[in-house]
Amino acid sequence: MTAAQISSTHPGFDVELVESEGLVEVRLSGTLTFVDASSLWDELQARITPKMPEAVRFDLSAVESIDGGTMALLVQTKWDLQTEGGTCDFVGATGHVQKILDLYEGDAKPNKRPKQKARSAIAQLGQATADSFYEVQLVLAFLGRMILAIGGVIRRPSTGNWREIAPLMNRTGADAVPIVLLINFLIGFVMGFQSAVQLKQFGANIYVADLVGLSITRELGPLMTAIIVCGRSGAAFAAELGTMKVSEEVDALRTMGFGPWRYLVIPRMLALVLVMPILTLLADLVGICGGLLVGILSLDLTITAYLNETRNALHMWDIFQGLIKSGVFGFAVGLIACQQGLATSGGAEGVGRRTTAAVVTSLFALILIDAGFTMLFYVLHL
Amino acid sequence: MSDPIITVDDLTMGWGDVNLLENTSFTIDRGEVFAILGGSGCGKSTLLRYLTGLDEPKGGTITIDGIGKPTLEVGRPSYGVMFQSGALFGSMTVGENVALALNQWTRLPADAIDAIVRAKLRLVGLQGYEHHTPSEISGGMKKRAAIARAMALEPNLLFLDEPSAGLDPVSAVELDELILTMSQGLGLTVVIVTHELESIFKVAARCIMLDKVTKRIIASGDPRKLRDESKDPRVHNFFNRTTESA
Ligand SMILES: Nc1ncnc2c1ncn2[C@@H]1O[C@H](COP(=O)(O)OP(=O)(O)OP(=O)(O)O)[C@@H](O)[C@H]1O
Ligand SMILES: [Mg+2]
Repeated sequence: MTAAQISSTHPGFDVELVESEGLVEVRLSGTLTFVDASSLWDELQARITPKMPEAVRFDLSAVESIDGGTMALLVQTKWDLQTEGGTCDFVGATGHVQKILDLYEGDAKPNKRPKQKARSAIAQLGQATADSFYEVQLVLAFLGRMILAIGGVIRRPSTGNWREIAPLMNRTGADAVPIVLLINFLIGFVMGFQSAVQLKQFGANIYVADLVGLSITRELGPLMTAIIVCGRSGAAFAAELGTMKVSEEVDALRTMGFGPWRYLVIPRMLALVLVMPILTLLADLVGICGGLLVGILSLDLTITAYLNETRNALHMWDIFQGLIKSGVFGFAVGLIACQQGLATSGGAEGVGRRTTAAVVTSLFALILIDAGFTMLFYVLHL
Repeated sequence: MSDPIITVDDLTMGWGDVNLLENTSFTIDRGEVFAILGGSGCGKSTLLRYLTGLDEPKGGTITIDGIGKPTLEVGRPSYGVMFQSGALFGSMTVGENVALALNQWTRLPADAIDAIVRAKLRLVGLQGYEHHTPSEISGGMKKRAAIARAMALEPNLLFLDEPSAGLDPVSAVELDELILTMSQGLGLTVVIVTHELESIFKVAARCIMLDKVTKRIIASGDPRKLRDESKDPRVHNFFNRTTESA
């Protein structure tokens, strides 16, 4: 008969391992509190391996007191052993210790640690692709419901949330003016500067005005403005509606006879569609001013010459098509932000995820729409 | 002589693949206070979502007399709902929360609406809090504000999800009185989810008890009778264990 004995002492408790034929007895004594939990866990992990052939017995008779956290570790050790086919039991628990043992199901069947099955990269890729198609489908379904809601509002204008539109336009439009002005001015300036360097070589200084004027009104003004609005209002709408959704406020609205589409979505979309062209017009103006500054400072052009050239280069249509585009951009940002917001579930994290998704999807949609318009206008020779 | 206002027939409900109730039928009579009981997580709030039309039944039908299928069409709502979480609109003041439906669905002038809002808030003991936002009032006060909001349009059918949880005993008793007065005096039908046994015995004429294990209604009828006569240990436990601790 062999009996190996290992013991170790800790500030609050002692562990003694007595190994005899086919049985490892773990004698715990002292006060096991959660402060010592990590040393107890290390001790158990070092001495007891799940696949050990011997039966394990925890002798708790010398334990003066034990708290829940430490008991949970003992119970988990037992379950780990049992799931691997080993045997393990607790003996000697009395009084308070027995109660805690019962409470933590020391005698219950092993409760397997949940394992997450790792999925292969291809499966994940496939799932992600399927998910993104599903998202597109959801956006389209959302669009359909919104069209229905618009029909409903037209039939019964009193059910619309008209009062909200002005404050929303203020939030999405007026509040965005400074940043739109600043960014578009800088864009015009940078555009002018970059092209000036090239055009100077040909002595074609004056054509900076054409270049800046056209690219700002046709392309950069609407697009940059839409990107700013997407980052400001798209994110705000998604977070706002998402929070309302997870706190059941949207459900409450529904029970009070307000359709979320009529009450929340339509005013937001309308505000964006109305505000975007106005912001874009401002963007066009300051963008041209940015180019003008370059013209005056580094190309020795006069203000009049620059503006005249711009006027000659630009047709009404150049500005107008930018405005049309910007309205569609506003619609897309509003649609995606509101759809993502109302699709939110799962608390604060869900709101964050949907807000991110709203901004990323909107940016993607903006570029796609822009490309679409460019192709369309090209094909139509506009 | 029963006169059902809500008829639930063969209802199956649940989330995802998990069912909470299967093939369940019951009726709620006009003018009664009807309690939905059961352990935490057994699906009481979920059942209210079905009864109010927020979710579609997985199976079976729910009919509200005079309305048909519970719907949430845009328009003046036919019933008031108070959510377990209160679900006050965080961007509005307490007063605006109560006034919202009044503004939309009545043609009352602003000062009349103000008067009604003040009266409703006084009814739930929140006088003077019209201009506070929901984040500035306590949990129990939010509950009471939500009750005031649910009653704003004087519905004749009211759904309350744990209205007295988190209320102090005096407010809870006052709320019971309010519910009784409304149902006896105005013929209001109240469907209430609650764990407060005293409140159940006091206000509820009938109750059902849900059970998530068997996915059935395990008891229905007068709660006082069930307490005294039910042989089912689960029902007996529910009514007695909580009496002991109360
Ligand atoms: N949004 C949801 N998605 C998925 N499952 C849910 C959702 N809401 C509730 N459940 C599940 O439905 C079950 C019943 O929930 P419900 O809120 O109806 O319980 P309850 O009876 O109202 O409980 P309590 O008395 O604690 O309020 C729970 O087990 C819960 O996990
Ligand atoms: Mg509930």
